[in-house]
Amino acid sequence: MLINPKKCVACGNCVPVCPMGAIFVDPGINRAVINDDACVECGTCFRGMSTENLNPVLIRAIRKIASIFRFRFEPEPDVCPTSAFEMNELQMPRLIRQIFSDPVVEHASTGIKGRGTEEVKTNDVSLRVDTGEVGYTIEFGRPGVGVRFSDIQEMTRILSGNGVTFEKNNPITHLMTNTETGDLRADILEEKILSAIVEIKTTIDKVEQVLETVYRVNEKIDTVIAVGISTRCDEEGEDHILAPLLEDLGASYERAKTNLGLGRITNALKNTKMEDMIK
Amino acid sequence: MTNTLHRYGKADSFKDDYIIFAIPSRGRNDENCIPKLKEFLKICARHNPVNIGNGQRGTLAPGKGLNPRTHWDRGEKPDFDAVIEGVVKPGTVSAVFSNESDARECLLEIIEADFGISVNISTSVENAKDIAGKCGISRHSVEYALSVNDPHDHLPNSQIMELSTMCGHGMVSFNLARKMLDMVREGRRTPEQAVATLTRFCPCGIYNPTRAKRLLLEASKEQR
Repeated sequence: MLINPKKCVACGNCVPVCPMGAIFVDPGINRAVINDDACVECGTCFRGMSTENLNPVLIRAIRKIASIFRFRFEPEPDVCPTSAFEMNELQMPRLIRQIFSDPVVEHASTGIKGRGTEEVKTNDVSLRVDTGEVGYTIEFGRPGVGVRFSDIQEMTRILSGNGVTFEKNNPITHLMTNTETGDLRADILEEKILSAIVEIKTTIDKVEQVLETVYRVNEKIDTVIAVGISTRCDEEGEDHILAPLLEDLGASYERAKTNLGLGRITNALKNTKMEDMIK
Repeated sequence: MTNTLHRYGKADSFKDDYIIFAIPSRGRNDENCIPKLKEFLKICARHNPVNIGNGQRGTLAPGKGLNPRTHWDRGEKPDFDAVIEGVVKPGTVSAVFSNESDARECLLEIIEADFGISVNISTSVENAKDIAGKCGISRHSVEYALSVNDPHDHLPNSQIMELSTMCGHGMVSFNLARKMLDMVREGRRTPEQAVATLTRFCPCGIYNPTRAKRLLLEASKEQR
């Protein structure tokens, strides 16, 4: 992401907009600038801000006069008055920041926009998490903190030794050079992203061990982690296994995503994923 | 991809937050799903949603090339048709409701339409169980949100967390939520104006302006 210094009028509207706090007004040049190391290329400034196409020279002059008299103009807080943000073309490895941070960019590996996957949202047709299994979405960096791939690797390496199965249709799994060891591609390790989700699956008896591992590793890596934990309900639509276990473990869960079971396979047979036919 | 799971708040805080979304599964039911997704949104639009989205935009979207008059009169209304017409590829479509009654009536019509696409509801665990039971359907699967683990003390207070995490992709920054809350507290913006600003930053259309307004009003009376 770039801020065109010829257009920027240092109004500061973009400063609080950045989810990573990567934008600041540099008093030396009186322009807003981006801390490239902190920027995750999420596009919030470029896409989320409304814009005007006002003349920068005129706006700077007005602002200067107003500041002399201590006048305060109260502009709309989400408007860049001179359309100063420009998206530059990104190359790998920096491109990976945008792929994982901008929710309107689609992952080629999953066909899903953003960092997510289908998870159990399509479990009624995919049976990704079947009876007796527990699915986990371990999300790093969100909300509002960000994460580097080296920190994610810290977790995947340890999880890989705990007998877990990494979900194959997941963007992080696609970046692994070895799913047995949890190693990620070396060229991306220092890249920072807004968030990423590691998806794993275990049997129900491993829940306590996995959660303990995740929270223990989180002590060592400087980010936040939000865990989603899923299961298939019984014939009556009840969960008599995972929820009681979470209660026993003292885990707090107030909210859930609930798959209502209305999906079915409708694609022509020749175009349908074969694992479903096996199940 | 709507990423609605980790909204911050106690269960009671989701009394006005019901999200229903449809998601086609790649290679399973994504063929010819565009008309179904559009019809899903049309059904939702008939039941008083407070926002709908197609993964690219919600009912309120940023304006480009605006007139300076914008600063005194934004003059924009939620645009449901733009969201519905904007469905051009298989992907998640969603609707946000501010009460159980509208969500339930909508879900009943969706069940009747029988699209064959996976439909999920995201709200408190009890709200979802209740609404599924009233609609006569059994839950297939459930994903619980465990609380955010923050051993390094990065996160702001609960008021900012509640406002910010309603865009699950993190496009509503903590600092913007704090700024809008401060502007309401100082009387520089009305709650409605502040909510519209926050909502425009959520490109998926899952931000809940009704809940945000309630939270802003509650928070503006209680400085933390």
